Amino acid sequence: MADTILFYIFAAFVLGGGVLTVTRRNSVHSALWLIVSLLGTAGLFLLQQAEFLFAVQIVLYIGGVVLLILFVVMLVNLDETARLRQFNKAWWVALACAAVVGAELWYVLSRGLETLELAEAPPANAAVEGNTERLADVLFSEYLLPFEIASLLLLVAIVGSVVMAKKRI
Amino acid sequence: MLHPITSAHFLVLSAALLLIGTIGVLTRRNMVVILMSIELILNAVNINLVTFSRHFGDVHGQIFAIFVITVAAAETAVGLGILIALFRNRETVLADEVDLLKW
Repeated sequence: MADTILFYIFAAFVLGGGVLTVTRRNSVHSALWLIVSLLGTAGLFLLQQAEFLFAVQIVLYIGGVVLLILFVVMLVNLDETARLRQFNKAWWVALACAAVVGAELWYVLSRGLETLELAEAPPANAAVEGNTERLADVLFSEYLLPFEIASLLLLVAIVGSVVMAKKRI
Repeated sequence: MLHPITSAHFLVLSAALLLIGTIGVLTRRNMVVILMSIELILNAVNINLVTFSRHFGDVHGQIFAIFVITVAAAETAVGLGILIALFRNRETVLADEVDLLKW
């Protein structure tokens, strides 16, 4: 019962924050609503017993990505942009595409819900060891090579962003 | 009245968030907001991965979500670097005013 109420609260956070992120004129407001949406997602992770991802979501997404976006919004002068037209000339094409994608998603989901009967799964021996321990076990044994490749990707991203933001390329 | 939450609730929510993000990417002109919409899309994917991870009682989905978050952070850093370089050269952050390659 408490789970149900919490789910709807977090879902309202996620969807309301998302809609306002997309529609606000001022980029700072958009970034702040994005924080609300990401907080809702973090709550959903907590609801699904993914405690490690909850922490990662808050520290990395809200503390890292949104802060970076806010820095850039402050760095780049967006006051003139906020006064201009905010949406494309071809916005109706985009909305039509989104409607088609939505119809497809709804068709697939409604079929799947009937045949698969997605139900509550029993928590798999969650009491034996915590979520973080199980994640670490799998990450550092089975996914060791992808983990190292991800660190290489991060290095490339650091170097790339520094080079991009330099005065003289 | 209130049904207990199933995995289906999470899947429908994630589909809705994906649609909102897609509309943002396709209709907005401001590149900062487009980047934020991409974050929304990746969040929808993460919700899906975590939902199936719990549905099957398997942590592999959450590992994938960690990798998605890593790639999203890298993508944002590079994207914002490009945005700053673009603003320095063209004095604009509107996606449809950058049409040097268009004829």
